[in-house]
Amino acid sequence: MHPAIAVRQLTKTYAEGNTVTVALRGVDIDVHPGELLMLMGPSGSGKTTLLSIMGCILTASSGSVQIAGKEITQLTEKQLPAIRLEHVGFVFQGFNLFPTLTASENVELMLDLKGVAAKLAKKRAAELLDQVGLGGKHHSFPSDLSGGEKQRVAIARALAGDPGIILADEPTAALDSHTGKNVMEMMSELAHKRGRAVVIVTHDSRVLSFADRIVRIEDGAIVGMDSSQMEPVPAGILAHNFSQPGLNEIATESMESLS
Amino acid sequence: MPPLAQRNLFHDKVRLAVTLTGIVFAVVLIVVELGLFVGFTVTTSGLIDHSGADLWITSMNVPYVEQGVAFSERKLNQVRALPGVADAQKVVAHWAQWKRHDGAEESVQIVGLNVDDAMEQPWNLVAGRVEDLKSPDAIILDELYKKKLGVTRIGEVFEIRGHRARVVGFTRGIRSFTTSPYVFTTFKNAQSYTGLREDQTHFILVKLAPGANLEQVRRELLDRVKDVEVFTTAEFSHMTRFYWMFTTGAGVAVLIAAVLGLVVGFVVVAQTIYATTMDHVREFGTLKAMGAPNSYVYKVIMKQAAISAVIGYVLGMIVSVFVVRGSQAGGAAILMPMPMAVGMFFLTLAMCIGAALVSINKVTHIDPAMVFKG
Repeated sequence: MHPAIAVRQLTKTYAEGNTVTVALRGVDIDVHPGELLMLMGPSGSGKTTLLSIMGCILTASSGSVQIAGKEITQLTEKQLPAIRLEHVGFVFQGFNLFPTLTASENVELMLDLKGVAAKLAKKRAAELLDQVGLGGKHHSFPSDLSGGEKQRVAIARALAGDPGIILADEPTAALDSHTGKNVMEMMSELAHKRGRAVVIVTHDSRVLSFADRIVRIEDGAIVGMDSSQMEPVPAGILAHNFSQPGLNEIATESMESLS
Repeated sequence: MPPLAQRNLFHDKVRLAVTLTGIVFAVVLIVVELGLFVGFTVTTSGLIDHSGADLWITSMNVPYVEQGVAFSERKLNQVRALPGVADAQKVVAHWAQWKRHDGAEESVQIVGLNVDDAMEQPWNLVAGRVEDLKSPDAIILDELYKKKLGVTRIGEVFEIRGHRARVVGFTRGIRSFTTSPYVFTTFKNAQSYTGLREDQTHFILVKLAPGANLEQVRRELLDRVKDVEVFTTAEFSHMTRFYWMFTTGAGVAVLIAAVLGLVVGFVVVAQTIYATTMDHVREFGTLKAMGAPNSYVYKVIMKQAAISAVIGYVLGMIVSVFVVRGSQAGGAAILMPMPMAVGMFFLTLAMCIGAALVSINKVTHIDPAMVFKG
């Protein structure tokens, strides 16, 4: 099966005057449908930059990025919104709901972007909100919802476009443990039951157990990967023991077999 | 489209009130100034437009109706002899001094006509009849100028250039663009009031016979009658309007004020829509992150501008109607013909949408990556 996201030798640099900042250096990573991948690392490590490039919000400086088999690095800025609309759903740390629209209207907005007729959009939005457990809150405004409910609306909105990829930036950061767990259960369901490729940037160690893979990024490079399934590690990836004992040995053996 | 534009617009009521105030101010100011312009224009050429004539014959180099130069009234016979001319009448139109009962003097414009002829008769009479002008020393003036001339009732007698003048009627709405009101009287009386010689006239008005060609009659008049100019009513009206509105600069001043109103409205709306856009910049960033093309975001902003324009226009026109009505009793009538009211809607819309372009420029450059920052 083709990866939903395929990144090869991805580099992102920013030039500010005479200074060049390297945000990502030679990143290789695949994300498959049905997989929940977490990106972890200290602030400024490049994980949000990587997420932005995967989400066609930022362009790469060099390397290859394929979304659903389509190479996007050659696309212009004007062409990227269409790719996002077609393939990517976002869930944000701050929810980023439209405060003057109801929960239903927030979801309908995504459907309107996809060209769905108003009546059908309303019906579909209602279904999605029911699916995320907000059956009685269709007409509530974000200010009337709890943090967890807002994030559920955001998830419903992200799903409304029927994307193959869900990208989430710190989705549980503003939530308490119980609510965060509920949200992560939903994200897990999106990946494992609905077959989406889910990538989550997080600092929250409470949610690591939901991940199929955890990728650690430091200074713009992948420095470690923890996988519950032993997939071949492409050349150029360094593996460190950070969550499972003996990971180094496994990674080393894989590297030796590849070479 | 979900009602994002409307909801964002009505969410901040104070800002909306500021936006609408700016639009209402612009609408009212533009309507008043344009209305004054139209009113002035109509007033300057009222005497010509209501004359009922097809052609005006004047002395050479007469630029507008108040600047008539005397010429021989014998030319009237030459005019009447021309085939295609159904009727021709002499008309006096010139300044004179009116003496009030308190001894003060006011300048007036005497209009002398043939009472038995339909051309150049006073219109909109509210007291008296045109036929009353046949009585000795009879004059008709507009009720608007009663106070200025010291007139209180029909029958009062005054003095114009040492000659008796008796008020026999009032009109309503015959304004003079200058400070000198029109005073209608017989041709003979007018000659006395203005000091015009008995064998002279200021204008000859011509009515064409049915089926006669206007241009052809005009050419023939120019060939046959020497040392005169012949204008169509429309031409002479335009000349008079142009003189008063543009050569004197009066019209330009009014138009400049109208443009200022437009500029003020534009600036206020641009500022408030921009402020609203900045308040919601994160939402626009989210929209873009979701995959909305710039055109979708523009639509939201344009919709806000259009809604503001419609509401502001309606409120502005309500105020304008009151202002226009109130002006009818004054010396300078503000006119608002239907085409102007309709045009004002489109101008308001254009003003608001144009003002929104400032915000359009801003959202075009919003980086969707901002949605990942806190």
